[in-house]
Amino acid sequence: MADGIVTLTSETFDEAVRSSQTPVLVDFWAEWCGPCKQIAPVLAELASENKGKLTVAKLNVDDHSDIASRFGVMSIPTLIVFNQGEPAKRLVGAKGKSQLVQELAEFL
Amino acid sequence: MSSSHHRVLIIGSGPAGLTAAIYTARASLQPMVIEGEPSSTSDQPGGQLMLTTEVENFPGFPEGIMGPELMTRCREQAARFGAQFLTEKVTKVDFSSRPFKAWVRDTLYTADSVIVSTGAQSVMLGLPEETRLIGHGLSTCATCDGFFFRGQEIVVVGGGDSALEEAQFLTKFATKVTVIHRRDKLRASKIMQDRAFANDKIEFVWNSQVTRILGEDKVSGVELTNLVDGSTSTLDVTGVFVAIGHKPNTGLFAGVLAMDSTGYLITKPDSTYTDIDGVFACGDVQDHVYRQAITAAGSGCMAAIDAERWLEAQH
Repeated sequence: MADGIVTLTSETFDEAVRSSQTPVLVDFWAEWCGPCKQIAPVLAELASENKGKLTVAKLNVDDHSDIASRFGVMSIPTLIVFNQGEPAKRLVGAKGKSQLVQELAEFL
Repeated sequence: MSSSHHRVLIIGSGPAGLTAAIYTARASLQPMVIEGEPSSTSDQPGGQLMLTTEVENFPGFPEGIMGPELMTRCREQAARFGAQFLTEKVTKVDFSSRPFKAWVRDTLYTADSVIVSTGAQSVMLGLPEETRLIGHGLSTCATCDGFFFRGQEIVVVGGGDSALEEAQFLTKFATKVTVIHRRDKLRASKIMQDRAFANDKIEFVWNSQVTRILGEDKVSGVELTNLVDGSTSTLDVTGVFVAIGHKPNTGLFAGVLAMDSTGYLITKPDSTYTDIDGVFACGDVQDHVYRQAITAAGSGCMAAIDAERWLEAQH
Protein backbone atom coordinates (compact mmCIF):
# COMPACT_ATOMS: atom_id res chain seq x y z
CA MET A 1 0.00 0.00 0.00
CA ALA A 2 2.38 2.60 -1.29
CA ASP A 3 0.98 6.16 -0.95
CA GLY A 4 -1.39 5.04 1.85
CA ILE A 5 -3.98 3.64 -0.54
CA VAL A 6 -5.18 0.05 -0.08
CA THR A 7 -5.45 -2.01 -3.27
CA LEU A 8 -8.64 -4.11 -3.26
CA THR A 9 -9.46 -7.15 -5.38
CA SER A 10 -12.57 -9.28 -5.89
CA GLU A 11 -11.19 -11.60 -3.20
CA THR A 12 -10.41 -8.96 -0.57
CA PHE A 13 -13.16 -6.42 -1.19
CA ASP A 14 -15.98 -7.67 1.07
CA GLU A 15 -13.83 -8.42 4.08
CA ALA A 16 -11.95 -5.13 3.74
CA VAL A 17 -15.02 -2.86 3.67
CA ARG A 18 -16.88 -4.86 6.35
CA SER A 19 -14.13 -5.22 8.93
CA SER A 20 -12.71 -1.71 8.63
CA GLN A 21 -12.72 0.40 11.80
CA THR A 22 -13.22 3.51 9.66
CA PRO A 23 -15.36 4.32 6.63
CA VAL A 24 -13.67 3.13 3.42
CA LEU A 25 -13.54 5.35 0.34
CA VAL A 26 -13.22 3.08 -2.69
CA ASP A 27 -11.93 4.58 -5.94
CA PHE A 28 -13.24 2.55 -8.91
CA TRP A 29 -10.64 3.19 -11.59
CA ALA A 30 -8.79 1.78 -14.61
CA GLU A 31 -5.48 2.31 -16.34
CA TRP A 32 -7.09 3.77 -19.50
CA CYS A 33 -9.08 6.44 -17.67
CA GLY A 34 -7.39 9.83 -17.78
CA PRO A 35 -9.49 11.56 -15.10
CA CYS A 36 -8.77 8.57 -12.78
CA LYS A 37 -5.05 9.25 -13.11
CA GLN A 38 -5.60 12.93 -12.37
CA ILE A 39 -7.34 12.28 -9.06
CA ALA A 40 -4.85 9.64 -7.87
CA PRO A 41 -2.53 12.19 -6.19
CA VAL A 42 -5.53 13.93 -4.62
CA LEU A 43 -6.68 10.63 -3.10
CA ALA A 44 -3.18 9.96 -1.78
CA GLU A 45 -3.28 13.33 -0.01
CA LEU A 46 -6.72 12.57 1.42
CA ALA A 47 -5.41 9.23 2.69
CA SER A 48 -2.40 10.70 4.46
CA GLU A 49 -4.33 13.64 5.91
CA ASN A 50 -7.16 11.49 7.30
CA LYS A 51 -5.36 8.52 8.82
CA GLY A 52 -7.52 6.86 11.46
CA LYS A 53 -10.67 8.60 10.16
CA LEU A 54 -11.00 7.38 6.59
CA THR A 55 -9.42 4.46 4.76
CA VAL A 56 -8.76 5.16 1.08
CA ALA A 57 -8.79 2.15 -1.24
CA LYS A 58 -8.85 1.51 -4.96
CA LEU A 59 -10.36 -1.18 -7.12
CA ASN A 60 -9.35 -1.75 -10.73
CA VAL A 61 -12.62 -2.24 -12.67
CA ASP A 62 -10.81 -3.89 -15.56
CA ASP A 63 -9.46 -6.69 -13.37
CA HIS A 64 -12.37 -6.92 -10.91
CA SER A 65 -15.44 -6.08 -12.97
CA ASP A 66 -17.66 -8.28 -10.79
CA ILE A 67 -17.39 -5.83 -7.89
CA ALA A 68 -17.87 -2.81 -10.18
CA SER A 69 -21.02 -4.28 -11.68
CA ARG A 70 -22.37 -5.33 -8.26
CA PHE A 71 -22.40 -1.63 -7.35
CA GLY A 72 -23.65 -0.55 -10.76
CA VAL A 73 -20.52 1.40 -11.62
CA MET A 74 -20.91 2.55 -15.24
CA SER A 75 -18.61 5.55 -15.21
CA ILE A 76 -15.16 6.07 -13.77
CA PRO A 77 -13.82 7.45 -11.64
CA THR A 78 -16.66 6.62 -9.25
CA LEU A 79 -15.93 7.03 -5.55
CA ILE A 80 -18.10 5.13 -3.06
CA VAL A 81 -17.76 5.52 0.70
CA PHE A 82 -18.63 2.31 2.57
CA ASN A 83 -19.64 2.75 6.18
CA GLN A 84 -19.75 -0.54 8.10
CA GLY A 85 -19.78 -2.34 4.79
CA GLU A 86 -22.73 -0.41 3.33
CA PRO A 87 -22.51 2.21 0.57
CA ALA A 88 -23.07 5.56 2.30
CA LYS A 89 -22.02 8.08 -0.34
CA ARG A 90 -21.35 7.99 -4.07
CA LEU A 91 -19.50 10.55 -6.18
CA VAL A 92 -19.24 10.22 -9.95
CA GLY A 93 -16.53 11.92 -11.99
CA ALA A 94 -13.18 13.49 -11.19
CA LYS A 95 -13.15 16.48 -8.88
CA GLY A 96 -10.55 18.78 -7.39
CA LYS A 97 -9.35 18.40 -3.82
CA SER A 98 -11.33 21.25 -2.27
CA GLN A 99 -14.56 19.96 -3.77
CA LEU A 100 -13.85 16.39 -2.65
CA VAL A 101 -13.07 17.53 0.88
CA GLN A 102 -16.34 19.44 0.91
CA GLU A 103 -18.41 16.52 -0.37
CA LEU A 104 -16.75 14.04 1.98
CA ALA A 105 -16.86 16.37 4.99
CA GLU A 106 -19.07 14.03 7.05
CA PHE A 107 -16.37 11.33 6.91
CA LEU A 108 -13.29 13.48 7.52
CA MET B 1 -3.89 34.96 3.32
CA SER B 2 -0.71 34.27 1.38
CA SER B 3 0.27 35.84 -1.92
CA SER B 4 2.95 35.68 -4.58
CA HIS B 5 3.88 37.88 -7.53
CA HIS B 6 4.64 36.74 -11.09
CA ARG B 7 5.66 38.37 -14.35
CA VAL B 8 3.19 36.20 -16.28
CA LEU B 9 0.20 34.33 -14.93
CA ILE B 10 -1.33 31.72 -17.23
CA ILE B 11 -4.84 30.49 -16.41
CA GLY B 12 -5.60 27.13 -18.06
CA SER B 13 -3.32 24.40 -19.40
CA GLY B 14 -4.55 22.97 -22.70
CA PRO B 15 -2.50 23.30 -25.90
CA ALA B 16 -2.86 27.12 -25.79
CA GLY B 17 -1.83 27.61 -22.16
CA LEU B 18 1.04 25.14 -22.32
CA THR B 19 2.43 26.63 -25.54
CA ALA B 20 2.23 30.08 -23.94
CA ALA B 21 4.05 28.57 -20.94
CA ILE B 22 6.82 27.10 -23.12
CA TYR B 23 7.39 30.41 -24.92
CA THR B 24 7.25 32.67 -21.85
CA ALA B 25 9.42 30.25 -19.88
CA ARG B 26 12.03 30.26 -22.65
CA ALA B 27 11.88 34.06 -22.53
CA SER B 28 12.92 33.78 -18.83
CA LEU B 29 9.60 35.16 -17.61
CA GLN B 30 9.09 32.23 -15.20
CA PRO B 31 5.36 31.88 -15.84
CA MET B 32 3.02 30.59 -13.15
CA VAL B 33 0.42 28.26 -14.67
CA ILE B 34 -2.75 27.72 -12.67
CA GLU B 35 -3.68 24.62 -14.59
CA GLY B 36 -7.13 23.73 -13.30
CA GLU B 37 -8.50 20.79 -11.33
CA PRO B 38 -9.39 17.19 -12.17
CA SER B 39 -12.79 16.89 -13.87
CA SER B 40 -14.63 14.53 -16.22
CA THR B 41 -16.13 17.23 -18.42
CA SER B 42 -13.11 18.35 -20.46
CA ASP B 43 -12.16 21.39 -18.33
CA GLN B 44 -9.33 19.59 -16.52
CA PRO B 45 -5.55 20.19 -16.54
CA GLY B 46 -4.36 19.41 -20.08
CA GLY B 47 -7.73 20.43 -21.53
CA GLN B 48 -10.06 18.65 -23.90
CA LEU B 49 -7.38 16.37 -25.34
CA MET B 50 -7.15 14.61 -21.98
CA LEU B 51 -10.44 12.88 -22.74
CA THR B 52 -9.59 11.87 -26.30
CA THR B 53 -7.75 8.91 -27.73
CA GLU B 54 -5.58 9.18 -30.79
CA VAL B 55 -4.69 12.57 -32.28
CA GLU B 56 -3.94 12.06 -35.97
CA ASN B 57 -3.72 15.64 -37.20
CA PHE B 58 -1.08 17.21 -34.96
CA PRO B 59 1.97 17.87 -37.15
CA GLY B 60 5.08 15.92 -36.24
CA PHE B 61 3.40 12.67 -35.25
CA PRO B 62 2.99 10.63 -38.45
CA GLU B 63 1.86 7.57 -36.48
CA GLY B 64 -0.49 9.66 -34.33
CA ILE B 65 -0.17 10.30 -30.62
CA MET B 66 -2.56 9.77 -27.71
CA GLY B 67 -4.14 13.06 -26.58
CA PRO B 68 -3.15 12.71 -22.90
CA GLU B 69 0.41 11.84 -23.86
CA LEU B 70 0.71 14.88 -26.12
CA MET B 71 -0.43 17.13 -23.29
CA THR B 72 1.83 15.47 -20.72
CA ARG B 73 4.77 16.09 -23.02
CA CYS B 74 3.81 19.76 -23.54
CA ARG B 75 3.66 20.18 -19.77
CA GLU B 76 7.09 18.59 -19.29
CA GLN B 77 8.47 20.83 -22.01
CA ALA B 78 7.18 23.95 -20.22
CA ALA B 79 8.47 22.71 -16.84
CA ARG B 80 11.91 22.10 -18.36
CA PHE B 81 12.26 25.83 -19.02
CA GLY B 82 11.08 26.88 -15.58
CA ALA B 83 7.29 27.17 -15.77
CA GLN B 84 5.65 26.59 -12.38
CA PHE B 85 2.36 24.70 -12.07
CA LEU B 86 -0.45 24.84 -9.59
CA THR B 87 -3.21 22.19 -9.84
CA GLU B 88 -6.06 24.42 -8.69
CA LYS B 89 -8.90 26.38 -10.17
CA VAL B 90 -8.88 30.17 -10.05
CA THR B 91 -11.89 31.26 -8.02
CA LYS B 92 -11.88 35.03 -8.64
CA VAL B 93 -10.02 37.62 -10.68
CA ASP B 94 -9.63 41.38 -10.50
CA PHE B 95 -8.07 42.96 -13.59
CA SER B 96 -9.28 46.50 -12.83
CA SER B 97 -5.87 47.69 -11.64
CA ARG B 98 -2.22 46.59 -11.81
CA PRO B 99 -0.78 44.32 -10.75
CA PHE B 100 -3.57 42.01 -11.95
CA LYS B 101 -5.03 39.76 -9.28
CA ALA B 102 -6.26 36.17 -9.27
CA TRP B 103 -7.34 34.16 -6.25
CA VAL B 104 -7.44 30.46 -5.54
CA ARG B 105 -9.84 30.62 -2.59
CA ASP B 106 -7.77 32.58 0.01
CA THR B 107 -4.47 32.65 -1.83
CA LEU B 108 -3.75 35.71 -3.94
CA TYR B 109 -1.60 35.64 -7.07
CA THR B 110 -0.56 38.97 -8.52
CA ALA B 111 0.93 39.39 -11.98
CA ASP B 112 2.27 42.02 -14.37
CA SER B 113 0.50 40.25 -17.24
CA VAL B 114 -2.13 37.52 -17.59
CA ILE B 115 -2.72 34.97 -20.34
CA VAL B 116 -6.23 33.50 -20.29
CA SER B 117 -6.42 30.01 -21.82
CA THR B 118 -9.29 28.38 -19.94
CA GLY B 119 -10.64 26.66 -23.06
CA ALA B 120 -14.09 25.26 -23.56
CA GLN B 121 -16.03 22.36 -22.13
CA SER B 122 -18.57 20.02 -23.62
CA VAL B 123 -22.20 20.96 -23.13
CA MET B 124 -24.92 18.62 -21.94
CA LEU B 125 -28.42 18.33 -23.35
CA GLY B 126 -29.95 20.42 -20.56
CA LEU B 127 -32.56 17.81 -19.58
CA PRO B 128 -33.60 17.63 -15.91
CA GLU B 129 -32.94 13.85 -15.69
CA GLU B 130 -29.27 14.32 -16.58
CA THR B 131 -28.24 14.94 -12.96
CA ARG B 132 -29.88 11.70 -11.89
CA LEU B 133 -28.52 9.54 -14.70
CA ILE B 134 -24.97 10.78 -15.01
CA GLY B 135 -22.75 7.83 -14.15
CA HIS B 136 -25.69 5.49 -14.64
CA GLY B 137 -25.56 5.18 -18.40
CA LEU B 138 -25.21 8.86 -19.25
CA SER B 139 -21.57 9.74 -19.79
CA THR B 140 -19.44 12.77 -20.53
CA CYS B 141 -16.30 10.71 -21.20
CA ALA B 142 -16.32 7.98 -23.86
CA THR B 143 -12.71 7.00 -23.22
CA CYS B 144 -13.49 6.52 -19.49
CA ASP B 145 -16.80 4.73 -19.76
CA GLY B 146 -16.92 2.88 -23.10
CA PHE B 147 -15.72 -0.27 -21.34
CA PHE B 148 -18.96 -0.58 -19.36
CA PHE B 149 -21.05 -0.91 -22.53
CA ARG B 150 -19.53 -4.08 -23.92
CA GLY B 151 -22.15 -5.97 -25.92
CA GLN B 152 -24.77 -3.24 -25.47
CA GLU B 153 -26.58 -0.76 -27.71
CA ILE B 154 -25.96 2.92 -27.14
CA VAL B 155 -26.43 6.37 -28.69
CA VAL B 156 -24.07 9.23 -29.37
CA VAL B 157 -25.74 12.63 -29.71
CA GLY B 158 -24.12 15.11 -32.09
CA GLY B 159 -22.82 15.45 -35.63
CA GLY B 160 -19.33 16.92 -35.42
CA ASP B 161 -15.85 15.41 -35.29
CA SER B 162 -16.10 14.77 -31.53
CA ALA B 163 -19.36 12.85 -31.93
CA LEU B 164 -18.00 10.66 -34.72
CA GLU B 165 -14.72 10.05 -32.91
CA GLU B 166 -16.67 8.90 -29.87
CA ALA B 167 -18.99 6.74 -31.98
CA GLN B 168 -16.03 5.11 -33.70
CA PHE B 169 -14.25 4.49 -30.39
CA LEU B 170 -17.39 3.10 -28.76
CA THR B 171 -17.85 0.45 -31.47
CA LYS B 172 -14.91 -1.32 -29.83
CA PHE B 173 -17.30 -2.20 -27.01
CA ALA B 174 -20.92 -1.69 -28.08
CA THR B 175 -22.69 -3.91 -30.59
CA LYS B 176 -24.51 -0.93 -32.10
CA VAL B 177 -23.92 2.80 -31.87
CA THR B 178 -26.68 5.08 -33.14
CA VAL B 179 -25.67 8.65 -33.88
CA ILE B 180 -28.52 11.10 -33.30
CA HIS B 181 -28.12 14.32 -35.23
CA ARG B 182 -30.50 17.24 -35.47
CA ARG B 183 -29.74 17.98 -39.13
CA ASP B 184 -29.77 15.88 -42.28
CA LYS B 185 -26.05 16.11 -42.80
CA LEU B 186 -22.99 15.97 -40.57
CA ARG B 187 -20.74 18.82 -39.55
CA ALA B 188 -17.76 16.45 -39.14
CA SER B 189 -14.74 16.36 -41.43
CA LYS B 190 -14.84 14.21 -44.55
CA ILE B 191 -12.39 11.58 -43.27
CA MET B 192 -14.40 11.09 -40.06
CA GLN B 193 -17.66 10.83 -42.03
CA ASP B 194 -16.18 8.28 -44.42
CA ARG B 195 -15.01 6.13 -41.53
CA ALA B 196 -18.34 6.35 -39.73
CA PHE B 197 -20.34 5.46 -42.86
CA ALA B 198 -18.01 2.50 -43.49
CA ASN B 199 -18.43 1.17 -39.95
CA ASP B 200 -21.31 -1.31 -39.97
CA LYS B 201 -21.86 -0.95 -36.22
CA ILE B 202 -22.71 2.75 -36.63
CA GLU B 203 -26.21 3.82 -37.64
CA PHE B 204 -27.67 7.31 -38.01
CA VAL B 205 -30.95 8.92 -37.03
CA TRP B 206 -31.26 12.25 -38.86
CA ASN B 207 -33.18 15.44 -38.10
CA SER B 208 -33.79 14.33 -34.54
CA GLN B 209 -33.24 15.54 -31.05
CA VAL B 210 -33.12 13.64 -27.75
CA THR B 211 -35.99 15.14 -25.78
CA ARG B 212 -35.92 12.75 -22.81
CA ILE B 213 -33.59 10.17 -21.35
CA LEU B 214 -35.60 7.23 -20.04
CA GLY B 215 -34.88 5.16 -16.95
CA GLU B 216 -35.15 5.64 -13.19
CA ASP B 217 -31.92 4.19 -11.72
CA LYS B 218 -30.16 3.75 -15.00
CA VAL B 219 -30.60 4.60 -18.63
CA SER B 220 -33.06 2.36 -20.46
CA GLY B 221 -33.68 4.40 -23.60
CA VAL B 222 -34.12 7.80 -25.19
CA GLU B 223 -37.14 9.66 -26.50
CA LEU B 224 -36.45 11.18 -29.90
CA THR B 225 -38.34 14.02 -31.51
CA ASN B 226 -38.17 14.36 -35.26
CA LEU B 227 -37.54 18.03 -35.98
CA VAL B 228 -39.13 17.89 -39.43
CA ASP B 229 -42.55 16.43 -38.63
CA GLY B 230 -42.59 16.70 -34.80
CA SER B 231 -43.22 12.98 -34.29
CA THR B 232 -41.70 11.22 -31.28
CA SER B 233 -40.29 7.74 -30.94
CA THR B 234 -38.25 5.81 -28.41
CA LEU B 235 -35.04 3.89 -28.83
CA ASP B 236 -34.03 1.26 -26.27
CA VAL B 237 -30.40 1.81 -25.29
CA THR B 238 -28.36 1.46 -22.11
CA GLY B 239 -25.88 4.23 -22.78
CA VAL B 240 -26.03 7.88 -23.86
CA PHE B 241 -22.90 9.81 -24.84
CA VAL B 242 -23.30 13.50 -25.53
CA ALA B 243 -21.08 15.40 -27.99
CA ILE B 244 -23.25 18.27 -29.17
CA GLY B 245 -20.73 21.06 -28.81
CA HIS B 246 -18.78 23.22 -26.45
CA LYS B 247 -19.12 26.35 -24.38
CA PRO B 248 -16.22 28.59 -23.43
CA ASN B 249 -15.06 28.51 -19.80
CA THR B 250 -15.51 32.21 -19.19
CA GLY B 251 -17.76 32.36 -16.12
CA LEU B 252 -14.81 33.70 -14.16
CA PHE B 253 -14.48 36.69 -16.50
CA ALA B 254 -18.11 37.83 -16.63
CA GLY B 255 -18.13 41.61 -16.25
CA VAL B 256 -14.31 41.62 -16.35
CA LEU B 257 -13.34 40.97 -19.98
CA ALA B 258 -15.29 41.74 -23.15
CA MET B 259 -17.07 38.69 -24.56
CA ASP B 260 -19.51 38.04 -27.37
CA SER B 261 -23.13 36.99 -26.88
CA THR B 262 -22.14 33.30 -26.62
CA GLY B 263 -19.49 33.93 -23.96
CA TYR B 264 -16.34 33.74 -26.08
CA LEU B 265 -13.67 36.30 -25.16
CA ILE B 266 -13.14 39.00 -27.76
CA THR B 267 -9.58 39.61 -28.93
CA LYS B 268 -8.36 42.45 -31.13
CA PRO B 269 -7.92 41.38 -34.77
CA ASP B 270 -4.60 39.68 -35.59
CA SER B 271 -3.58 39.60 -31.94
CA THR B 272 -4.40 38.06 -28.57
CA TYR B 273 -5.07 41.42 -26.86
CA THR B 274 -8.29 41.51 -24.84
CA ASP B 275 -10.00 44.80 -23.99
CA ILE B 276 -7.75 45.11 -20.92
CA ASP B 277 -4.18 46.11 -21.67
CA GLY B 278 -1.82 43.42 -20.34
CA VAL B 279 -4.43 40.63 -20.36
CA PHE B 280 -4.23 38.27 -23.34
CA ALA B 281 -6.49 35.41 -24.44
CA CYS B 282 -5.69 32.36 -26.56
CA GLY B 283 -7.10 28.99 -27.55
CA ASP B 284 -10.71 27.87 -27.56
CA VAL B 285 -11.76 30.45 -24.98
CA GLN B 286 -11.59 33.03 -27.80
CA ASP B 287 -12.02 30.80 -30.87
CA HIS B 288 -15.36 29.34 -31.92
CA VAL B 289 -14.27 28.89 -35.53
CA TYR B 290 -11.24 26.58 -35.75
CA ARG B 291 -11.03 24.93 -32.29
CA GLN B 292 -8.12 22.63 -33.10
CA ALA B 293 -5.20 21.65 -30.88
CA ILE B 294 -2.79 23.16 -33.39
CA THR B 295 -4.67 26.47 -33.72
CA ALA B 296 -4.90 26.68 -29.91
CA ALA B 297 -1.16 26.05 -29.66
CA GLY B 298 -0.54 28.66 -32.37
CA SER B 299 -2.55 31.30 -30.57
CA GLY B 300 -0.81 30.36 -27.29
CA CYS B 301 2.47 31.21 -28.97
CA MET B 302 0.99 34.52 -30.16
CA ALA B 303 -0.18 35.34 -26.62
CA ALA B 304 3.29 34.64 -25.22
CA ILE B 305 4.94 36.92 -27.78
CA ASP B 306 2.29 39.61 -27.27
CA ALA B 307 2.79 39.43 -23.49
CA GLU B 308 6.57 39.49 -23.74
CA ARG B 309 6.59 42.56 -26.01
CA TRP B 310 3.96 44.29 -23.93
CA LEU B 311 5.98 43.72 -20.74
CA GLU B 312 9.11 45.10 -22.41
CA ALA B 313 7.24 48.22 -23.52
CA GLN B 314 6.15 48.94 -19.95
CA HIS B 315 9.62 50.06 -18.88
